[in-house]
Amino acid sequence: MTLEPGTFLFEAWTARFALMNGLWVTMTSSFFSIVLATLAGLLMGVVLSYAWWPLRLLARAYVDFMRGMPVLVLILFTYYGLAMFRINVPPYWAGVIALAAFATAHVAENLRGAVQSVPAGQMEAAKAIGLNFPKRIWYVIVPQAVRRVLPPWVNTCLEIVKGTTLLSVIGVVELLLASQQVIARNYMVIDFYLMAAMIYIVVNFSIAQLGALLERRFSYIRY
Amino acid sequence: MSDQVLLQARGVRKSFGTVEVLKGIDLDVRQGQVVSLIGASGSGKTTFLRCVNLLEEHDGGDILLDGDPIGYRVADGRRKRLSETKVSAQRARIGMVFQSFNLFPHLTAEGNVMLGLTKVLGKGKAEARDIAGHWLDRVGLGARRGHYPYQLSGGQQQRVAIARAVAMQPRLLLFDEVTSALDPELVAEVLGVMQKLAEEGMTMLVVSHEMLFVREVSHHVVFMDQGRVAQAGSPAEIFDRPENERLKGFLGRFHAMFGQAV
Amino acid sequence: MIQYYFDWSVIWRSWDKFMAALGLGLTLAVISLAAGTVIGLACAMARVYGPRWLSWPVWLYVEFIRNVPLLLLIFFVYFGLPELDISYLDKTQSFILTLSLYAGAYMTEVFRAGLASIPRQYMEAAKAIGMRPWQRQRYVIMPVMFRITLPAFSNNLISLFKDTSLAAAIAVPELTFVARQINANTFRVMESWLTASALYLITCYVIATALRLLERRYASIR
Repeated sequence: MTLEPGTFLFEAWTARFALMNGLWVTMTSSFFSIVLATLAGLLMGVVLSYAWWPLRLLARAYVDFMRGMPVLVLILFTYYGLAMFRINVPPYWAGVIALAAFATAHVAENLRGAVQSVPAGQMEAAKAIGLNFPKRIWYVIVPQAVRRVLPPWVNTCLEIVKGTTLLSVIGVVELLLASQQVIARNYMVIDFYLMAAMIYIVVNFSIAQLGALLERRFSYIRY
Repeated sequence: MSDQVLLQARGVRKSFGTVEVLKGIDLDVRQGQVVSLIGASGSGKTTFLRCVNLLEEHDGGDILLDGDPIGYRVADGRRKRLSETKVSAQRARIGMVFQSFNLFPHLTAEGNVMLGLTKVLGKGKAEARDIAGHWLDRVGLGARRGHYPYQLSGGQQQRVAIARAVAMQPRLLLFDEVTSALDPELVAEVLGVMQKLAEEGMTMLVVSHEMLFVREVSHHVVFMDQGRVAQAGSPAEIFDRPENERLKGFLGRFHAMFGQAV
Repeated sequence: MIQYYFDWSVIWRSWDKFMAALGLGLTLAVISLAAGTVIGLACAMARVYGPRWLSWPVWLYVEFIRNVPLLLLIFFVYFGLPELDISYLDKTQSFILTLSLYAGAYMTEVFRAGLASIPRQYMEAAKAIGMRPWQRQRYVIMPVMFRITLPAFSNNLISLFKDTSLAAAIAVPELTFVARQINANTFRVMESWLTASALYLITCYVIATALRLLERRYASIR
């Protein structure tokens, strides 16, 4: 196989560090967004399900707001908005915050659905043996809700990974922007976009596999 | 059997919206007694049971357990609702078995029994496991302690549910139509467990449509009709000498089904 | 925190631009949904009823689209097609093509699930009264499936409308692009983005409500 300038392999090898850097940024920004969104989403899901009604209303408004907004607008708004208030946040973190804020709404709404789908008899049985409210939630409702919330949660994770491409719009050099910068040098448009696409597919398939593994871990919960 | 009154209900009323389901229920359960509630569906039996365990809040009248009012305390001559913690503590003194079993699907049979022991009574894991093993043995499921609910038949699930309730050593055990969701061939194993408990002196308040069982095991039978106690008495009084017309009609349907056995 | 003085005059002066942008975004979404429905229906039928050799290219198409970020697809089509000497699409048409292919993959899954959820008895009942295969499709399967998949339609329309925001990345003058332009030209950050956000939210809400009414009309059939 020839490794001359102009061949895909040569160009890919030349650009390997740039691309790997991009992939690293994609992975870390996804990771931080997922962690933040999961923690905040769990909390907000409990608020949506059980909290005192004014709090619940607030959470509901937040969720509906986030679900009616394009992520890109959210990212741009966060980025320019923070900059305007002279809050010095690098684009990377502005993007992570916006993505997490968006995904929080999805995690919360999914959790609420999962909690609601646990049969009412479970709560009653938990009451009947004298468990108090936090214990009923923690030992009886949450384990069952987790199983139901897992598939949509994996989906949200995949959306986040794909959503990190939008950070390129505010100048974060993640995998897509890194690929574009490589393309700008060698004009191998199809090759490098296709390669980026393949990398996203591999990442997403891996996450889906991990998700399936986790789901199997919880598959003993049946009715 | 002692004469001490364990559960005392006086004028218990409960409405759902504009529908008055309980129109003043008076009822005593003495220590060690088995009291059965019979009546057509919609007569308020289940609602009364749920009020006793605070799954519903009664609107009027008193329910006293060991003399303490359930769900509220009286301060300055007015009722104050008990805190969540107090309500949970009261519930822990009353066991309940449900029509639909309501076993926790994410826990094994043993885990189901242990949950209340560890998280409510604060027992250690090892002790809780011993107690759970003991009671699962008693309901004939010692060998199934590691099974998840979906791996058990309906009758077995209901026996685990009974073990879960009894293991808490409640003062009173409530049974809410516990055999109604079971296939006919599985009813006997559950009733057998209940009968054994009754013979050992467990205080029980039972809602059931199993008239043979009610007649055999109860010390006292209460016939409820349209939210009231229409007639109450010993099994013999209720089944052999019914006075209330509605009770006669109600029993007539069972006689038609089972002949004169009931 | 720094004091911010709102000045909405910028927005009113560009109001026509916002409205045109909103109209464009909606148009893009509706066209893509229509095209995506056709693609999705064809692909779903191919997967469910078609020969085996047809089913894996469909699978490949669906999985590729669903796992590759939309923004990458947009760039891929916009910059990639000219490389293949297909250069008669302008940026808007190129975006419509991408979003249609994108919608097609998602609609394939929607229809496939819809077909799978139709009780077998319907098919058997249709056979029992002597319907021919195409009649069964036309008079029994399709009407039932469309009612089952109606909620997915509204969800997809809303998602697609939100996705039109990505057209800004190739300078299609829809809402996000206009908001960003006005932001850049006037430095009225809050005004431009609040306006864009509000327009997105209201539009999504209106679509959702309108389609829910439509669903209710057909809800009696289940």
